[in-house]
Amino acid sequence: MTTTRHRAVARMIAVIGAVSLLAACSGNGGGGTGGDAGNYPDQNITFVVPFSAGGPTDTVTRMIAEPMAAKLGAKIVVQNVEGAGGTVGAGEVARAEADGYTVLMHHIGMSTAPALYKNLGYKPLEDFEMVGLVTEVPMTIVARKDFPPATLQDLVTHVKANANKVTLANAGIGAASHLCGLLFQSAAGVKLQEVPYEGTGPALTDLVGGQVDFMCDQTTNTSGQISGGKVKAYAVTTPERVKSLPDLPTTAEAGLPQLQVSVWHGLYAPKGTPQDVVQKLSEALKAALADQAVIDQMAKLGTAPVPAEDATPQAHRTKLEEQLGTWAKIIADAGVEAS
Amino acid sequence: MELLDNLVLGFSTALLVQNVLYCFVGVLLGTAVGVLPGIGPTATVAMLLPITFNFEPVTALIMLAGIYYGAQYGGSTTAILINLPGESSAAVTALDGHEMARQGRAGPALAAAAIGSFVAGTLATVALAVAAPPLASVALKFGPADYFSLVLFGLIVSIALARGSALKALAMIALGILFGTVGQDIYTGTPRFVFDQRELYGGIDFVSVAVGMFGVAEILRNLENEQARTAIVGKVKNLWPTREDRRRIVAPILRGTGLGAALGVLPGGGHVLASFTSYAVEKRISKRQQEFGHGAIEGVAGPESANNAAAQTSFIPLLTLGLPAHPVMALMVGAFIVHGITPGPNVIEDEPALFWGLIASMWIGNLLLVLLNLPLIGVWVRMLRIPYQVLFPMIILFAAIGTYSLSFNPYDVYAIVFFGLLGYVLIKCGCEPAPLLLGFVLGPLLEENLRRALIISRGDASVFLTRPISAVLLAVAVAALVVAVLPTIRKRREVVFAEEE
Repeated sequence: MTTTRHRAVARMIAVIGAVSLLAACSGNGGGGTGGDAGNYPDQNITFVVPFSAGGPTDTVTRMIAEPMAAKLGAKIVVQNVEGAGGTVGAGEVARAEADGYTVLMHHIGMSTAPALYKNLGYKPLEDFEMVGLVTEVPMTIVARKDFPPATLQDLVTHVKANANKVTLANAGIGAASHLCGLLFQSAAGVKLQEVPYEGTGPALTDLVGGQVDFMCDQTTNTSGQISGGKVKAYAVTTPERVKSLPDLPTTAEAGLPQLQVSVWHGLYAPKGTPQDVVQKLSEALKAALADQAVIDQMAKLGTAPVPAEDATPQAHRTKLEEQLGTWAKIIADAGVEAS
Repeated sequence: MELLDNLVLGFSTALLVQNVLYCFVGVLLGTAVGVLPGIGPTATVAMLLPITFNFEPVTALIMLAGIYYGAQYGGSTTAILINLPGESSAAVTALDGHEMARQGRAGPALAAAAIGSFVAGTLATVALAVAAPPLASVALKFGPADYFSLVLFGLIVSIALARGSALKALAMIALGILFGTVGQDIYTGTPRFVFDQRELYGGIDFVSVAVGMFGVAEILRNLENEQARTAIVGKVKNLWPTREDRRRIVAPILRGTGLGAALGVLPGGGHVLASFTSYAVEKRISKRQQEFGHGAIEGVAGPESANNAAAQTSFIPLLTLGLPAHPVMALMVGAFIVHGITPGPNVIEDEPALFWGLIASMWIGNLLLVLLNLPLIGVWVRMLRIPYQVLFPMIILFAAIGTYSLSFNPYDVYAIVFFGLLGYVLIKCGCEPAPLLLGFVLGPLLEENLRRALIISRGDASVFLTRPISAVLLAVAVAALVVAVLPTIRKRREVVFAEEE
């Protein structure tokens, strides 16, 4: 009697063990052979997102992962490797097997990391194959509801007059909100007290709660709070207005044309990935970006897929080179360093 | 009457066949990942998120929410049976729950946890339906300075978790805070205590610490002598709580629910504090203080209720304001977005069926959980009869696989070994792992909010005393410290006097 029970329980445990082993292996892409581009892909592809699950970059990745998987005919597993402004995840992919089964989704942070981190373990242009650009997410300048300035120009005047009182929140060193905040300070010609948070969620919570004065963040996070009237919005940082927030002026319209920034996203493979594999990934990316469901989902976030000619390795490399130069200067001028 | 209409709308949504089905799938999966050490709700929700893209939005959210509170439920099972907490809240349950299991009372412990969770879940769901928007606006009043004082209060309260010396408990809290500082500092990016190991930049994983300090250390201690080894396999007295047990758990369940529901609303980590604040309260007001740490059923029922109530009310900031309080909630924000719903304060008005359907589903989910878990108690208790030669290697194997599967980082597995050995040494020195674990969880929150409050106030420390919420919390913290440490000091003085005589 007792022995049968023992056996039943032992069997149950064995089954649970097998399932968790399976989960562990499938999540890891299985290891395996790779390298044979003709059969690519013949196993799961891992998309590494160097930020937390549920954040804007993660959301964009999951949107395109499904149609890309359909086009490639393989399963795509999204894995979040957070830390240090995305440099932990990026470093991991830079060191990964160059077989096309480990792919990185990164945003503007790829171009700012070399200036921010002195001991960066990889070189953006040399350690990766560019696959293509994905989307450019606009940013918005938002403040707590009862913050006095009414317009963007009022805001600039106000923060200049009260530079020792005003607080500027961001989601941590190297986060998009941090970069946009730097750009704002340089455009307005003022140095403000920055308040870093661990991610956008907590930062936005304190902004809605009135604990900090203002911040600059992606429409992905802010549009709900703006249309719900929980925060005050001044401008959107792209040349054109955003469809989901039609009343919000652009920074150029609001009198601060120097403040232009968007969170551009791109796909990367480790250096040395066979060219035809990169090509296959790029084609799949193009197909995903043309997918109506993806276009609709992105529109709701106030963004859109890049044009097809930008979802290519060449366009991606050009963009990265230009951005590396731009940010090196802004960050050096601001005197920021994250070690 | 409006509330009634809303609830009717909610239940008519939540009782749709596919919604009940996916609610069940969610809580079942949640229970499973809660039971398996390592694989937590965040990883599970992240893995399943893409599957829900094809569901109706409300169905998707019902399932994802089910995984979250189901895991809170399941986490207590391994904590009680094999002293292996999967989440910080379950570490508190392990204190008395595992002691009860060693005394052959695993059944009543599991039942108390299940019943407490159900009652708490039900009451907290009512709170969510009646008062979500006003509670959310109260939560927003908490600034960094207030969170600092709240966490400090929580740390001091956690001294009560120790069975023995309060000073040793304080030392363990401090050690836990130190372990919590490993990794990159979020304000400057400076790596701390990483010894040039890139893998440590992200910090030490909670699961590694919990599995090592509790599970592995407990196994090592059990291997010491034949007597202790047989004790865990020991006799099973009864499966169900006795009449006396039932009488003893009513008040702790209600108090735990109230505490948990209140703390759960705070998005800056309030839900972490729920279970052990409840434990401390129960221990403080109990007439059987000496039983705590040695199998007091109140020490299981109270914290489990608090934990589950907090799990429900922590949805309030998300649902009313679109602000996530937990990584799982952040994933759910992602789910909102993918389904074309902009998370934010408009969700209640724009999507009433979704909001009320989700709330109604939480009650249904809690009912499903209790129906699912009560019959399983017999099965779980039988697990204790597995001979230790089989059970111990199994535990370690599952723990290692589960921890590795979190982020595929071998360091997380090495950390289990390190903390297992450390935990064993500490037990031998009479130091207990629970305060260390809470220091580890709360330390980063403490530091982050301290520094943030000082940044905002431009270095003016008086902000902790001039903000009313913070000032009250600090005063309570000081009082709690005096109450906790005084008896120890008095005892020592008595000893000194006794020696002088």
